Amino acid sequence: MSAENVLKAEGHAAMTADLSAPPVLTVNDLKMHFPVKSPGLFRRTVGHVKAVDGVSFQVPTNGSLGLVGESGCGKSTTGRLITRLYEPTGGQIEFEGHDIAKLSQRQMLPLRRDIQMIFQDPATSLNPRHTVGSIIGAPLQIHNVLPKNKVLGRVQELLEIVGLNPEHYNRYPHEFSGGQRQRIGIARALTLQPKLLVADEPVSALDVSIQAQVINLLQDLQTEFGIAFLFIAHDLAVVRHFCPEIAVMYLGKIVEIGDRESIYGHAHHPYTQALLSAVPDVKQATLGGRRERIRLTGDVPSPINPPSGCRFRTRCPIAKEICAKVEPPLLQIGPRHKVACHFPGEMGKAPETPVTSRLLGVDNHGTPDPGASPVELPTGPSFSNTWFDLGNRTIHTA
Amino acid sequence: MSTEQSRSYLTVRDLVVHFPTSDGVVKATDGLSYEVSRGKTLGIVGESGSGKSVSSSAILGLHRGTNAQVSGEILLDGVDLLTISDEEMRRKRGKDVAMIFQDPLSAMHPYYSVGNQIAEAYRVHNNVSRRAARARAIEMLDRVGIPQPSRRVDDYPHQFSGGMRQRAMIAMSLINDPGLLIADEPTTALDVTVQAQILDLLQDLQREFNSAIIIITHDLGVVAEMADDVLVMYGGRAVEYGPTAEILVRPEMPYTWGLLSSVPDVTGDVDAKLIPIPGNPPSLLHPPSGCAFHPRCTHRDKVPGNLCFTEMPELLPVADGRNHTKRCHLANPDEVYAVEVLPAIAPDLAEEQR
Amino acid sequence: MFAYIVRRAVIGVALLIVMSLVTFILFFSGAFDPARNACGKVCSPAQIEQTSKALGYDKPILTQWGSFLAGIVVGRDYPLDKKVREENPDLVTHCAAPCLGYSMVNTDTVNNVLKSAIPISVSIALVAFVFWIIGGLLFGIIAAMTKGSFLDRGIVGLSLIFYAFPTFVVGSLLLRFVAIKWQIFALPVYVPLTQSPGLWFTNLILPAVTLALFYMAAYARMSRAFIIEASTEDYVRTAKAKGVKKVPLMFKHTLRAALTPLVTMAGLDLAILLGGAIITEDVFGFHGLGLLAVTSNSRQDLPTIVGIVLLLSTFVIIANIVVDILYAYIDPRVRLD
Repeated sequence: MSAENVLKAEGHAAMTADLSAPPVLTVNDLKMHFPVKSPGLFRRTVGHVKAVDGVSFQVPTNGSLGLVGESGCGKSTTGRLITRLYEPTGGQIEFEGHDIAKLSQRQMLPLRRDIQMIFQDPATSLNPRHTVGSIIGAPLQIHNVLPKNKVLGRVQELLEIVGLNPEHYNRYPHEFSGGQRQRIGIARALTLQPKLLVADEPVSALDVSIQAQVINLLQDLQTEFGIAFLFIAHDLAVVRHFCPEIAVMYLGKIVEIGDRESIYGHAHHPYTQALLSAVPDVKQATLGGRRERIRLTGDVPSPINPPSGCRFRTRCPIAKEICAKVEPPLLQIGPRHKVACHFPGEMGKAPETPVTSRLLGVDNHGTPDPGASPVELPTGPSFSNTWFDLGNRTIHTA
Repeated sequence: MSTEQSRSYLTVRDLVVHFPTSDGVVKATDGLSYEVSRGKTLGIVGESGSGKSVSSSAILGLHRGTNAQVSGEILLDGVDLLTISDEEMRRKRGKDVAMIFQDPLSAMHPYYSVGNQIAEAYRVHNNVSRRAARARAIEMLDRVGIPQPSRRVDDYPHQFSGGMRQRAMIAMSLINDPGLLIADEPTTALDVTVQAQILDLLQDLQREFNSAIIIITHDLGVVAEMADDVLVMYGGRAVEYGPTAEILVRPEMPYTWGLLSSVPDVTGDVDAKLIPIPGNPPSLLHPPSGCAFHPRCTHRDKVPGNLCFTEMPELLPVADGRNHTKRCHLANPDEVYAVEVLPAIAPDLAEEQR
Repeated sequence: MFAYIVRRAVIGVALLIVMSLVTFILFFSGAFDPARNACGKVCSPAQIEQTSKALGYDKPILTQWGSFLAGIVVGRDYPLDKKVREENPDLVTHCAAPCLGYSMVNTDTVNNVLKSAIPISVSIALVAFVFWIIGGLLFGIIAAMTKGSFLDRGIVGLSLIFYAFPTFVVGSLLLRFVAIKWQIFALPVYVPLTQSPGLWFTNLILPAVTLALFYMAAYARMSRAFIIEASTEDYVRTAKAKGVKKVPLMFKHTLRAALTPLVTMAGLDLAILLGGAIITEDVFGFHGLGLLAVTSNSRQDLPTIVGIVLLLSTFVIIANIVVDILYAYIDPRVRLD
């Protein structure tokens, strides 16, 4: 299926992504390691919390990439790195062709207009002592884009866009309900007409009936203003609804990335499958009882000392010897589908032998094999025209 | 006594919980009735401020000593919990009826070890030594799936992961083998895979202990997989009540439709549109006239006259006598659902039914 | 834990060294001539110069500070000039380490001047501390448990009155009525603990109560507020839902959480009081550190003032360390590292 067909098949949701245009954001091998200090008289750095450890992806112009995963997987840290609330330990963040990973706060300032963030909790991310008008208008004054007497007009326009009464600009955040407050947060993020919005759990603090209002608003804004979204959420259903492309993170790494159909319909990574099967489903009411699912045991390991090889292997139902020895590469297995697993396959159809062994120059147990010839795999954040065909285990060119 | 009462372990009748404030009376729960039998699960669904948590606090008598005004009947195993003394109520808490809370981190005391808190729940109701209570706590931790329980028993809550804390809370609540367990948003603060583990555990334990469970949640998926019966609450009142398969498959109340259509579904049709419920949840201080849902209802024009604005509908059985009650004036909800709602939320299902 | 205390102690000492430098610069390079102050009002220029030499005021300020610090470690001999000491061996005063200087006004070492005042202030502070903690917590708990009742309102109202009342009024009233008119206690005079523990205590009751009433009022209100706040915590609700009885609910679950912020405040309040309660000491004529500070100030006895400042800072620094250790003891989430 070509990219256009995929998009056509996905109905109404956020259809405007232009895959031929250069992506608005390209993240390559992004790393964030927070130091851990030792106790004792002299506080040396004894280790690092590898919150984000080599993450690569692209956000298409006008498109939406969803970042999902459980708490502690590094998805929020990734969002904060892209808005440069943190300075990354390594890697590149290319925004419209410029690497912003190492820019100083001052050099970042003009770019802050283009990259904005929506936060999870509208109750704590809006200053309670400022009126809604001054919250929304502040970016205009900081960046000096409008003369003072025109700010109010723009604020009222923005309030109207997000579905609030423009006359309420002089009210305070506490006078609004949770959903309305999130609309204010969205209006604030829209003030400078950003090109990229990083939305970190934008609806998870809201009541269910309000979530839909906010999601629909974000979709309308995307169609109207052509904003690209990095949509970070733990709710798989919401991400599926909003994002044509999704990346699944586990312990600081992307384990699977692809378009909606690949991830939700044909997930090849056991973690993605476990996540999807764990979501309780309303349709189960007809049948009664619980849905069949992959049961994961135990907890997510510590990001200070992640497991060797594949990070998911300690909880993986299909892990074998090789998984502890060699880290699986994020292998492209379809036109818009990459997976980091030695045994990728749809649920219950995982291959018996690792598909990656020959590519990596090891035998099926992960021991280096002098006879094998490692293959140069297409890496990097983008999808390539050649990929690894899982069926006959050869490189396939589209 | 009717046979119905002997079957159900908990019967709530016409429960009213009002909080007088300086601005007026907050009618948190108004005329609520439901029942749960041993071994069965009731799901109470609603948004924040719908009164879904207030009624369960009333079952535990947590309102006692506050200025809340409570009336009606709460029959637990035949005893009206609203008429017994404070001391009798205290003896039932944790023993006959136990509760687990949404956020296990804040629900456990940060200064005491997990084992200490679990053992305390046992010692309050059983005259046993510290050592025996500790042994029992370890046994329960083992039962709820905490690895190395004899070592972890001395850990503090902050040393547990979120899922393990909720397991520990479940161990604490089930240590006295209560007949009724109230789980207030037990998995909302947890990740999905952990949520699935906790829900599995609750079901296993229910089979083992044969307790009645009330699970309070806003997640219809959790209700669909866990509950035998569903009670949908809006503005402090039940608006739809019946068996899960009935309520979630053939809902008749526009608010329930709204809940179903506003949440995306992980297996649902991507063409399905999210249809939000317009507006905001009602004020419990100044509830709307007539049907509390009418300001947000998109179907109120189908009811003749101004009935929705002026008259609160009764909670009545649905037309064809199924075991299903709803609070709505709509005369032909079946038809509206089949023609207008189902095609929007689940086109594949609508296709099948045609 | 040990490493933590060592690290904090090192930081504390560094802080004290900086404090001493700051006070040194403030006092000894200020507007007035320290030698003149030390010598007195009717000194001839020759005498002033002699004093200056004896106390080292003729040296640059950093040198003075350096020998002051050295004196704290190894002690000093006054007069500082070696030649003068050799010429007049009968004038020599040895000031053993930790030497805080020599007070010409008192014709004694600062250590000796402080030595007589410290036990008095410490005694008042400690006894008052015990009174106010017991009273404050007791009334706080009663008020919190009966929240909204007349008892609660009474306690809150009374505490407001005592909090607002100036200490000297309370002290004077107590002195006038309890000691003089009704003669329940004898007029308080400081009796050292080593001399008679009983008399030490009975004589301290009135000054300690005077001081404690103010703090008791504050602590009753604070502990009431903290307890009410803690009782809305989810874990208190959990304990209630377990069937825990009212009294253990208060003492085991609620109070322990409410105590945490109180410990910080109590530690720092006590530390500051150890450095002297000026008004109380004045009302009862107890010559503690507070009175000493006032008189030293009016007599411009700079070495003594520097000594008191450093002593007070030491109290505060130690109290901070103790509070943090207590914190870790109360709250297992706090790790000392």
